[in-house]
Amino acid sequence: MTAIIDYKAGNLTSVKLAFAALGAETVVTSDPKAIAAADRVVFPGVGAAKSAMDSLRSLGLVEAVKEAASAKPFLGICLGMQILFDHSEEDGGVDCLGILPGRVRRFPDGAGWKIPQIGWNEIFANDPRAFVKNYDEYYFVHSYYVEKNPYTVATACYAGVEFTAAVRKGDLFAAQFHPEKSGKLGLSLLRAFLKTPVR
Amino acid sequence: MLKKRVIPCLDVRNGRVTKGVKFKNNVDLGDPVEMAVRYSDGGADELVFYDITASAEHRPIDIGMVGAVAKAIRIPFAVGGGISSVADMERVILAGAEKVSVNSLAVRNPDIIAEGARAFGAQCIVLGMDPVKSGRTASGYEITTRGFREFTGMDAVEWAKRAADLGAGEIVVNSVDADGTREGFELDITRLVAEAVDVPVVASGGAGKPGHLVTVFREAKADAAIVAGMIHFGDYSIADIKAAMHAAGVPTRMSW
Repeated sequence: MTAIIDYKAGNLTSVKLAFAALGAETVVTSDPKAIAAADRVVFPGVGAAKSAMDSLRSLGLVEAVKEAASAKPFLGICLGMQILFDHSEEDGGVDCLGILPGRVRRFPDGAGWKIPQIGWNEIFANDPRAFVKNYDEYYFVHSYYVEKNPYTVATACYAGVEFTAAVRKGDLFAAQFHPEKSGKLGLSLLRAFLKTPVR
Repeated sequence: MLKKRVIPCLDVRNGRVTKGVKFKNNVDLGDPVEMAVRYSDGGADELVFYDITASAEHRPIDIGMVGAVAKAIRIPFAVGGGISSVADMERVILAGAEKVSVNSLAVRNPDIIAEGARAFGAQCIVLGMDPVKSGRTASGYEITTRGFREFTGMDAVEWAKRAADLGAGEIVVNSVDADGTREGFELDITRLVAEAVDVPVVASGGAGKPGHLVTVFREAKADAAIVAGMIHFGDYSIADIKAAMHAAGVPTRMSW
């Protein structure tokens, strides 16, 4: 069973439907016990870092997420990747989960681009740890980005910044883009995640 | 590099996709879910559904259809028309739509943009606007509402700026003058809005051949463009459009 963590940070329908399209059984849950019992854990998220962190704390999910991220196949998506890191400069500065080392920053303003980045962008990935390939195109929606760090396995470019498109650390994989909304490529990424052996 | 998006638009009435010129002469084009799958498989970067209604008389949003589309495709889609409250937005988003588009409603009640952005994030809230050339406003374009039937006296560029400030994450500029003509997008108003706001701008109305998209991306700074009749009637495929964009050097998603 794959648990999709519900911490009131955005709509989970698309994630649930994408896994359903692959025939995978999922449970959407805010229960730490259900997360601990799951074989695999998906940590989605859309919205602001501060309210997401507040919500994780008030639901008593911080330890459950940390535990799952180190113990089982774990997939972070969008804000669910960003808040795995130490700190985000969103909302005047927010301490995040600190599961991965690094910082989340806002795209710089500029005349040549719009914020948020909305749409399909290509990624650069030459890392054998990645589920993704060089020049794959995925759907992104975000105003903040994770700086490159030792766990970066794919990058993309926007607003004059080369940022982290995906990270991998052991069985933890997380993406800034939305595999659940990235057509056939996104589905094949989710399929690869579902094939990660459960320890 | 971020790609310029090609977005097929499907007008849904009474459960069927229809197409007319300036809201007249509607032709039945097919089943919304089947068409969504065909366009998604054919390379659409996103889809937009307008006026998804269950019946012409009572006009509630057909949530069942939104859910069926969400189940069938794996690319983002927006739903517009028939939304009258934050509760309606929530139903559409929970059914699996990425974005909701508001138009006349936002003119009557601009706060709906801010309320929607607070509840779901700015990226979920699209402002649709129907500007027409007009001597009555500073930019030369005036906002119309209710399917071009009412003139508001509002300046189109000022309205775009205000909507972006209120929290609209994207603005669709649907030119009344170009809509349904298939003679090309209205470049001036598209560019004026694209230069005035910090959020992505979607050009709409007038697409008739692939070169029209090349032009609106190159000359009017659009981030995305809506196509309808030119693909609905089989004159061109999405692949034809994208091949032309790619050949012209427009950043285009070429594998799907």
